[in-house]
Amino acid sequence: MRNPQLNGEGKLQHLLTIEGLPREIVTHILDTAASFIGVTGREVKKLPLLRGKSVFNLFFEASTRTRTTFEIAAKRLSADVVNLNIAVSSHTKGETLLDTVDNLSAMHADMFVVRHSSSGAAHLIANHVAPHVHVINAGDGRHAHPTQGLLDIYTIRHYKKDFSRLSVAIVGDVLHSRVARSLIHALATLGTPDVRVIGPRTLLPTGVEQLGVSVHHDMREGLAGCDVVMMLRLQNERMKGPLLPSAQEFFKSYGLTPQKLALAKPDAIVMHPGPMNRGVEIDSAVADGPHSVILPQVTFGIAVRMAVMSILAGK
Amino acid sequence: MNLPDAEALCEELARKLRAGVTDSTGLVGIRTGGAWLAERLHRELKLPTPMGALDISFYRDDFDAAGLRHHVKPSQIPFDVSGRHIVVVDDVLYTGRTVRAAMNELFDYGRPGRIELAVLVDRGERQLPIAAQYVGATLAVPPGKLLRLARDERGKFTLKMSDVRPSDAKPSA
Repeated sequence: MRNPQLNGEGKLQHLLTIEGLPREIVTHILDTAASFIGVTGREVKKLPLLRGKSVFNLFFEASTRTRTTFEIAAKRLSADVVNLNIAVSSHTKGETLLDTVDNLSAMHADMFVVRHSSSGAAHLIANHVAPHVHVINAGDGRHAHPTQGLLDIYTIRHYKKDFSRLSVAIVGDVLHSRVARSLIHALATLGTPDVRVIGPRTLLPTGVEQLGVSVHHDMREGLAGCDVVMMLRLQNERMKGPLLPSAQEFFKSYGLTPQKLALAKPDAIVMHPGPMNRGVEIDSAVADGPHSVILPQVTFGIAVRMAVMSILAGK
Repeated sequence: MNLPDAEALCEELARKLRAGVTDSTGLVGIRTGGAWLAERLHRELKLPTPMGALDISFYRDDFDAAGLRHHVKPSQIPFDVSGRHIVVVDDVLYTGRTVRAAMNELFDYGRPGRIELAVLVDRGERQLPIAAQYVGATLAVPPGKLLRLARDERGKFTLKMSDVRPSDAKPSA
């Protein structure tokens, strides 16, 4: 089956998911991102790669970090950026998703950055737009958040260099997490031998071990000797019905405290995609502690998004 | 066709450049060949200002058509550009588009006082009003041929000519 993200020559046309993305493309994105890091130290922090192009940020779901870093990334590449706050737009007046996209295409959009609560929304748009238009999935339902997965592996590569001997633990609400899915696929693509998911049965998707991860319900067992701990946010807004006794109970069992982190390797790094719920999945002493690379993740996210946009824009 | 000895051209270029540089001159090589050359010239001329290197991939004027090359190396300018005398170094000067891209990038680091250009070979056929102040040799190369500098494991320079393949077509070289 043809990969809808790639064009006839095997080059990246849209970025919809990391699943099925060739390893060379993933590495190319990370290497390109690395070369953008130095740009922020210059007098002029802009590059001309997307000069004259229009990028539309199409967010049907709330976001601060992702939308802002996409906006900064596009502006650093000299693109014109239009942010659409869909909650107060025609969408609420009954316009369909594809009609919205058609209207924006008529305004000469070159790239859409799409976040939607329905899995597959970005894919639907990618199949609909003209061949010169590119679509980046900025999160679709529970399915995927590829640029987050890429910035997560960028961060891991920055601190740990080699994936071939790494143990990575992903902790918490994996069930509702597109971030976890994208990270698991990215780690598999780069050949990470040991990926663990840790959480209560109610917050782990059934059959998650088919993605090549080991499943743990106990933090002591799951965190033992790992190099990277990725904490996930409890997504209360996506929970239908009671999956947990309470946030306090959750913190007791799965919240990352200095005591639990001590089970990991002494040089382990702690990551979180944000927004953090302090005292629910992560203790402040860890979030602000020496192992935390949560804020560097955000900074790397700009370079990774610049890389994705510039690779898509160049034929 | 017979290509000149790159090592001899390099000596010639160093001799010409010696008269034009001062202690504060910044040499900036364009990756890959120009950066090798700048490295050598920097050592020969014993310049105290550290040398810089530019990867102009992000400034190419054919980005829309050609896209990003793999393995872009970050540019490194380890000195303050503002007000400085800068000599841009490249192996082969052809259309002038690479030099334009390099100058565009340099200006994003600051406002240089003066920019000059040193090249090992000038093969003519300019498409932009750009000229080199320091030239190792001028050489007529048939269009459709790619001329570039090569460096072996001991650091010895040679000039290599090849047919332009689609994968390394450099319309902006």
